[in-house]
Amino acid sequence: MSRDHYRVLVVDLESGKSRIEKLDGRDKTAGGSGLAAQLYQNYGKPELDWNHPEQPFILAIGPLTGIFPLMSKTICSFISPYHSQYTESHGGGRSALALFFAGYDALVLIGQASVLSCVSVGSNHVQIKDTSFMKGMNAMGAGKLIRRIFKKASGHRSILRIGPSGEIGSAMACINVDSYRHFGRMGGGAALGAKRIKGIIINGDSGREISQDKAYAQVFKEVYHKVTSTSMMKKYYNLGTAVNLQGLNDIRSLPWYNLQKTADPAISHLTGEVFADQTLLRNGACSGCPVGCIHLGFYRDRFKEEARYLYHQVPYDYEPIFAAGTMLGVTNCFDVLRVLEELELVSLDAMSGGVALAWATEATERGLIDECQTIVPLRFGDATAYQQAVQHLGRGSNDFYQLLGMGTLKAAQEYGGEEFGCVLGQEMAGYATGELFFAAQSLGFRHSHLDTGAYSWDQKNDQKDVEKGVQFLLDDEPGRVFLTSMVACLFARSVYDNEQLAKCLAVAGYENLAQNRTEISEHIRKLRWQVRVQTGFNPDEITIPKRFHEVETWKGKIDPCFLDEVKSAYGKRIMELAAK
Amino acid sequence: MKLLTTPRMDRCIGCHSCALACARLIHKRLSWSESGIRIHSSGGLSTGYVAVRCLACDTPPCASACPTGALTPRKGGGVVVRKKHCIKCGECVQACPVDGVYQADDGNVYICIHCGRCVEFCPHNCLELQKVHEIGEVLL
Repeated sequence: MSRDHYRVLVVDLESGKSRIEKLDGRDKTAGGSGLAAQLYQNYGKPELDWNHPEQPFILAIGPLTGIFPLMSKTICSFISPYHSQYTESHGGGRSALALFFAGYDALVLIGQASVLSCVSVGSNHVQIKDTSFMKGMNAMGAGKLIRRIFKKASGHRSILRIGPSGEIGSAMACINVDSYRHFGRMGGGAALGAKRIKGIIINGDSGREISQDKAYAQVFKEVYHKVTSTSMMKKYYNLGTAVNLQGLNDIRSLPWYNLQKTADPAISHLTGEVFADQTLLRNGACSGCPVGCIHLGFYRDRFKEEARYLYHQVPYDYEPIFAAGTMLGVTNCFDVLRVLEELELVSLDAMSGGVALAWATEATERGLIDECQTIVPLRFGDATAYQQAVQHLGRGSNDFYQLLGMGTLKAAQEYGGEEFGCVLGQEMAGYATGELFFAAQSLGFRHSHLDTGAYSWDQKNDQKDVEKGVQFLLDDEPGRVFLTSMVACLFARSVYDNEQLAKCLAVAGYENLAQNRTEISEHIRKLRWQVRVQTGFNPDEITIPKRFHEVETWKGKIDPCFLDEVKSAYGKRIMELAAK
Repeated sequence: MKLLTTPRMDRCIGCHSCALACARLIHKRLSWSESGIRIHSSGGLSTGYVAVRCLACDTPPCASACPTGALTPRKGGGVVVRKKHCIKCGECVQACPVDGVYQADDGNVYICIHCGRCVEFCPHNCLELQKVHEIGEVLL
């Protein structure tokens, strides 16, 4: 079942022609994150802008995709509209297994379609279809229409699509995957929109033979037992990541009101328990994952005086609740879902959109902007106004929203208020945990809280030791990079420890990857940073706004000097890694 | 005699673990289609998932349609599969009224043999191997 090379489908949107490429490198880059970086080296143009037609759009899976549980993620890589540098975004749904069963390790889109189009791929077909009638269509409508137009394989295919935000080139545009998952951050939706691609349909319409060896079935069962019959994954299938809301509020690390506070008594209305008890409709899973961490909430509205109701299903998690809830001062769980649904429709990354609107609200309070810019009056806690503002942000209704969509600090440079823009490389994730996290997200490869475990380190350590903290970040990254090259869901990082990964790789036929994990991890980490630096990464250009200096956590006030020292030392070490 | 039943599909989260298990353990394949049980999204008003599988007809039309005896009626319902007799004609696929038989591009057909190997891989107990006489209503 193993493949000692990569099988890559390259679709040229300009000519309409596709080709299968057989690439070497499995033993060096493994797959996923490593493969994506290798493919960018092959097809990318570091000297060109993010939206140049020659920039590739890459989807890559790993050597364990479809073979073991929770190996269910896909790496999406592109040049980000946020900073015109190479980046990755990770998503699940059915995307990984669909690509695997279509028979490819990666899909690369190059060129630009002549009109807004959808691309459908499978084991025995590639089709590019004019869908210019979908212009401006929201992500849910586009999904419905795609299911009607491309009729094959319900449940055994993955549908990726963008909303209007991707079409207008917003740096906060995400890619919706199978309705409830996303390639969320860094503007992947705009990268796809720049190619005039509204949707990608991946048909997982073939299979692969496996060895008769009983070892594979045995190791599979071992992993399956760990994820379903132990408490290792309980956090994710019980209340889900929403359980973190109470915990982070308790240790004064939950951003409220544009990070003017880190705890608030109103948390009692927004806990994981409240969402589960009042809004949880059902759970869902990414294909190949028996954990089922997707939490689908619902809200209903009475649309006539008589007892006539409509209902909506909206996925929720910790980060979206922070962004559309505490950060905006929206403290009713159903209102949070209403704002999140608008973000889904225009296909904006929830975290980026929420944080941007939190800045706009404080900027309004301070008189820097008014309704001439925001169109609707913004006030913390006013969910109805935020529902409208999300539409304006996602569709770029005026110059202000277009600029805000390119990044909070870009708007702040024009209108003022840079000091309270909650941006750490990109709009912050919901962890006001301390100096190490602020430095780590600012400089992290994806500007994601999952690049390293800094948010966790902050919750356990209060000593101000620059060297120790930075060494933790450096030591923590390779293991994560290896997992995202497999491509595992990072929720399963406790299940897939070194020993388990070695076993899985060995029975899947990847002995070299099993034996040389450490060296390969380091190689991939270095390669990713090299590609990033080639496309313009410079840690000295990334600033941390003053608001982060004012934060108070369980450890007390942030120490700005310590924060600057950590950031500076981490940036230096990253550049050394890339230069090796 | 026992049959695979799907009495609690309203609990299904769409992980495909059952289909992957059948393909892996019975057919030695990595696939979510080349399996005796296949999970599809149901859409429509109900939303959720359906398990597409053999419903164990007493007089299976797939066996009647099979020209080579690769499929023969099984005591208690469903069919016994003799793969080496199969000529990949696909008549069974056409004959099954509930899409219970899947034919892959290489012509091989996949149909549930009611062995129950998939049952333990469902995280929410949607599936059950039940004795024929204990099955009341066929639930989807």
